[in-house]
Amino acid sequence: MARRLVVLIGTRKGAFLLHADPARRRFTIGGPHFLGNIVHHVVLDPRDRRTLLASAKTGHLGPTVFRSTNMGRTWKEAARPPAFPKAGDDAKPRSVDATFWLTPGHAAQKDVWWAGTIPGGLFRSADGGVTWDPIDGFNRNPAGAAWGPPYFGDTPEGSITHSVIVDPRDPRHMYVSLSTGGFYETTDAGARWKPLNKGMAADFLPDKDPVYGHDPHCVVLHPQQPDRLYQASHCGIYRLDRPGDTWLRIGRNMPKKIGDIGFPIVTHPRDADTAWVFPMDGTTVWPRTSPGGRPAVYRTRDAGATWERQDRGLPKEQAWFTVKRQAMATDALDPVGLYFGTTSGEIWMSRDEGRTWRCVAAHLPHIYSVASATV
Amino acid sequence: MALRRRAPAAHLQRRFRDGLMHRVQIAPLLRSYTGGLAEDSVPGHTLGEILAGLEARYSGIRFRVIDEQDRIRPHIWLFVAGRLARDLSQPLAPGDEVQIVAALSGG
Repeated sequence: MARRLVVLIGTRKGAFLLHADPARRRFTIGGPHFLGNIVHHVVLDPRDRRTLLASAKTGHLGPTVFRSTNMGRTWKEAARPPAFPKAGDDAKPRSVDATFWLTPGHAAQKDVWWAGTIPGGLFRSADGGVTWDPIDGFNRNPAGAAWGPPYFGDTPEGSITHSVIVDPRDPRHMYVSLSTGGFYETTDAGARWKPLNKGMAADFLPDKDPVYGHDPHCVVLHPQQPDRLYQASHCGIYRLDRPGDTWLRIGRNMPKKIGDIGFPIVTHPRDADTAWVFPMDGTTVWPRTSPGGRPAVYRTRDAGATWERQDRGLPKEQAWFTVKRQAMATDALDPVGLYFGTTSGEIWMSRDEGRTWRCVAAHLPHIYSVASATV
Repeated sequence: MALRRRAPAAHLQRRFRDGLMHRVQIAPLLRSYTGGLAEDSVPGHTLGEILAGLEARYSGIRFRVIDEQDRIRPHIWLFVAGRLARDLSQPLAPGDEVQIVAALSGG
């Protein structure tokens, strides 16, 4: 049976599904789901191609997770959403404000899912997202007791756990990012963590070379070359090739007038040397807009040695949106399709690997996440 | 559209007189849990017991308004007999009504 491409969109006011025709020329929007809810992430389980998870909260109501097995026709709420344990007398009480990130588990671990929260916490589900348990090894002290306090300075919304990555070769090997907090690795499924932040700048800290406390915005691992990692951060674009432990600032090769600050980064599904970023203005007071009001994607095809601007079809001027960390995605087709969702509620799409762009949905709420799925 | 309300049964009316049952008004944003009910009757001696009673009937409703540390969420107001409650230990007197309200927090 022919597969269908669906773009899953999380927004500040609900979730939407964008259905593509086989040629990716015509797109039909569906939704909203959970109208009025803040939906940080909507993800399809690639293992069964039918289970959708969506994280939701409202301005008033606490955070939860919804699950659908029929592409959103019906949803069922998690019986036990991510929540921290009840605090003892000696612990600072923490409560989950938002489930920010959802990652399906390893291919061999059916029904396992991971969730990152605000404030920074990591949770695991073993039943397809119905019940969630805290990962104490991360939540209590991701940096390890020897390195100091368990919690870091918060971003305005609170520290964010994101970019939860499971090594496709080994379900016990994972990476997780904290914004702020840094980048961490575990080799025992989350019991113990070590920081992997060497080479990363932390311009906002007095110590310019700290062990942890950095602000990764988005980290991705290449699925076919799992030792290759890319990162977009508050202080540059980086690459890390394991087993090395030092990030290389490949953003230094970006045009100086554009800089190398941004939220999202995505890789080509079949070429580990190709990646795309959507830069934003991180100068002066940090406008967090497209630099100069002229949005563009930048692509590298040599692992960050050089970058090329890809803006054909995008607005030429006076376009001041940006793209959040979950709001850029590729599909797995050939040529690769690229998608990004803007803070101004537009979905832009390229079906020729970034050479040309067109707007395929507009007038949506502020977009938080974009993911592609084949169903 | 008229709001749906559940009329207390005779045995519940007796419990009202005994002071155990309390009318609970449910904010519109929680009625997806109550099947549209705007009001229900729940037994309890404290606000915490009322919330537990609601959770027993409407799975998931409690966590949307009370966090995992048993704190009332910042943008939720719980009124007992018209007075804003600060925590779940708030005792209920016979006849006290409980209102769950979305706080005015967005202008």
